[in-house]
Amino acid sequence: MTSSLQAHVVGRADEVPVGEGRAFTAGGTPVAVFRLRDGSLRAVAAVCPHAGGPLADGQSDAKVVVCPLHLNAWRWDGTPTTGAGPLPVYAVREEDGALVVEL
Amino acid sequence: MTAILGAATRPRSEQQDVDTRAQIVVVGNGMAGARFVEEVLERDGGRDFRITVLGDEPHGNYNRIMLSPVLAGEADEADIVLNSHDWYAERGVELRAGVRVERIDTVAKVVHAADGTATPYDHVVLATGSHSFIPPMTGVRTASGDLLPGVVGFRTIDETRQMLAAARTHRKAVVMGGGLLGLEAARALQAQGMAVELVHAMGWLMNAQLDAEAGGVVRRSVEELGITVHTDAMATEVLGTDRVTGVVLKDGRTLDCDLLVVAAGVRPHTDVAVRSGVEVERAILVDDRMATDVPDVYAIGECAQHRGTVYGLVAPAWEHATVLADLLTGADPDAAYTGSRTATKLKVAGVDVAVMGVSTPERESDEFLVISEPKRGVYLSVVVRDDQLIGATLVGDTRKVAFLTQAFDRRTPLPTERIKLLVDLSDGDAEVGVAELPGDSQVCNCNGVTKDRICGAVADGCTSLPAVMDATRAGKGCGSCKGLVQRIVEWAADGNLTEEESASWYVPGVPLPKPELIAAIKEHDLRSVSAVFATLARGGEEDAKSKMGLASLLKMIWGSDYVTEPDATFVNDRVHANIQRDGTFSVVPQMKGGVTTPAQLRRIADVAEKYDVPMVKVTGGQRIDLLGIRKEDLPKVWADLGMPSGYAYGKSMRTVKTCVGSDFCRFGLDDSTQLGIDLETRFQGLESPAKIKMAVVGCPRNCAEAYVKDVGVVATGKGRWEVYVGGAAGASVRKGDLLATVSTTSEVLELVGRFLQLYRENGNWLERTYDFVPRFGLDRLKAVLLEDSEGLCAALDEGIQRSIDAYTDPWARDLAAPSSPGQFRTALPLTVLPQVPVR
Repeated sequence: MTSSLQAHVVGRADEVPVGEGRAFTAGGTPVAVFRLRDGSLRAVAAVCPHAGGPLADGQSDAKVVVCPLHLNAWRWDGTPTTGAGPLPVYAVREEDGALVVEL
Repeated sequence: MTAILGAATRPRSEQQDVDTRAQIVVVGNGMAGARFVEEVLERDGGRDFRITVLGDEPHGNYNRIMLSPVLAGEADEADIVLNSHDWYAERGVELRAGVRVERIDTVAKVVHAADGTATPYDHVVLATGSHSFIPPMTGVRTASGDLLPGVVGFRTIDETRQMLAAARTHRKAVVMGGGLLGLEAARALQAQGMAVELVHAMGWLMNAQLDAEAGGVVRRSVEELGITVHTDAMATEVLGTDRVTGVVLKDGRTLDCDLLVVAAGVRPHTDVAVRSGVEVERAILVDDRMATDVPDVYAIGECAQHRGTVYGLVAPAWEHATVLADLLTGADPDAAYTGSRTATKLKVAGVDVAVMGVSTPERESDEFLVISEPKRGVYLSVVVRDDQLIGATLVGDTRKVAFLTQAFDRRTPLPTERIKLLVDLSDGDAEVGVAELPGDSQVCNCNGVTKDRICGAVADGCTSLPAVMDATRAGKGCGSCKGLVQRIVEWAADGNLTEEESASWYVPGVPLPKPELIAAIKEHDLRSVSAVFATLARGGEEDAKSKMGLASLLKMIWGSDYVTEPDATFVNDRVHANIQRDGTFSVVPQMKGGVTTPAQLRRIADVAEKYDVPMVKVTGGQRIDLLGIRKEDLPKVWADLGMPSGYAYGKSMRTVKTCVGSDFCRFGLDDSTQLGIDLETRFQGLESPAKIKMAVVGCPRNCAEAYVKDVGVVATGKGRWEVYVGGAAGASVRKGDLLATVSTTSEVLELVGRFLQLYRENGNWLERTYDFVPRFGLDRLKAVLLEDSEGLCAALDEGIQRSIDAYTDPWARDLAAPSSPGQFRTALPLTVLPQVPVR
């Protein structure tokens, strides 16, 4: 499983302001990266599995991300809290100021 | 050998001897008696009790309510069997069907039956029910005292069989009694092909449940079936020697018939009780424990009289059975029966009828509301006392029965507009009783949630409205279905709802109602959303779904001293445009009062062409909408437009529609256009619990729809203006309430400002004015805003002024300096936008 994962540098870490999400492309996959208020990073699919909404425009907290179109929410492990389908989640880290997403 | 034989029989009798279980004897195997046995068994009563049931009828137990369908040929006898003989045998309950009880020796504690048996008891339960009342009529009985052949009551399966047999060989029936049973019998016999005449002694049908007018509506429907109805008609004589040939009425008329069904009411079976020395009035007297005045003798069902009431419906009988089973088995030693509020819904002669409580007002102060449409066969009435529903009658249209039953049973609050009890003026969905609503019908149109999904969420353990809303998103769209969702949840949970603690909170993530929250924010000087979470949320935890409401509230409280945090703000407010289904945005420049200029239109046209705007649309708010703009193009679009934001995206003051008023219109009474522009200028962009739409019209012709706006102003001539609040023509339609009539436009501006600030300070998050105004109460609203009854006006004026002073155009502001890096970056990098159709 892990062997098939690939690390992609998608942008600079400072492109994601605290509390907000920004969208990037990792090897042809659109990814929304969020910086939580504690400074940690989270990465999920950029496109909402419900109706294609832009998740990087959504609001978030330490536990969930909320899609701006219909207010569906997912925990950071990708499990839904509002009955929508599961949301793909990806490993993300900061390396020398670069934003690295694995998928 | 003898010893062995003896030994062979011994254990059985020994078994009986060593059976230390107490003996319950139930007298009567009808709906009440059988239910009592079931309830005892359900409470593991079989461990502690031996149960013997003595039933007069030679059958197992059957559903007496279903006799009418059997008579009408709509159900088989087999369909209505509740518990067969086998059922009793399998559960170790001794059923002695066809055995009539003579008397109870309450000293020796033995039940004596007509078959000569004596059954000892520890507890005896009288569930003897009632029998048809046969009024005294000459010739109704033969010399032996039996009913004349062809005369039957309508109470038992045997009587039903007799009628069915008669319907096959005879053709003309008279039914005596225009109550529920009589009407059912008449309809059923008519369905069996008999010619039926109905004779009722009182002035109108169903007089016990309905008033004269409702009874008249039922009569019409019955007559439409082809049944002849005689009211105020007493039968005094029954004709015929070997079999009935007719009845003679008091007025001398004779009605021929070969079947006479007597459904003139029932009387409780009390003879066993009387013979046994148990106290009887109209029925057997019982207390809240269903106990009679004799120790260990109980009575339940139609033979019992509790607090002066004898019930003739199955629901109270079953409640009796439940309470007594609780008490005798010890499952609930404190169980008590305190009376039933009976509500019944049935089909009478093809007409839907629901009745509960009283049918007419009883006191001077009782409110009585009637809708009568005899032509359509509809009669609806409610009786309200002290703001509680004490009675309702629905004939021909029982759509509101679910709501009314709930209001009646649980004494839930009633709408102040009482008419809504009977018809729903604003919302077609609400007319439907939730019980009748098909499972696959869509309840929440915004999120496509069906009744089944809501019920499923309840079944999965959601025990409160917010929990169900979170699990299904039902009611989380426009919110107009929330009332219906709540009723379905209540219905599905069958009363086992928990009141979510958070129901009173302003937002789910901070455990405080709005007034307390405002006080705490001021006390702790909290100027940002993150500061509110850190100080007031449980564990200091932030909550994504609370951020938007808090941001709005803080901006209202602090004005320009509010500390903006982009992550606290919903995307619409971060980029000052309304997000569309494909992730593009709509841009609506401000156009005060709906007034524009050729120069503005030229600029809008240029922008539309330059950015390939897929659609340019005139909005309902008298502005121009540019739809399908890419997020990254927003600043450029604003710069090219050079117009301020119209706030068509926020929970804020949106727009003021106007008509052309006295300047142009030949009917205009005043300058509505200028007042609209002044209102929009003063209150532009004001954040609020939900969006605010306004309109000003120059005469009551209401061309700009001021009557259905959050704030609507109507010129009535001679400089006077009417100010309406709480109107809406969106997901809900509501005419605004007239707050005041004032004489100057400055008074309009002052009053509207006060109203807006009161709403902003007291409205729940996302609560529109059309909910807020009725909740706050129009009378109180008038007192507070017009007479300053609570001394708030100075603070309201000050509060609104602070927000007005804090106004800046967000487009100009963020053009000068983006509020955060990447504010306008695309969030869908690989999607080619717009995806919406280009027109």
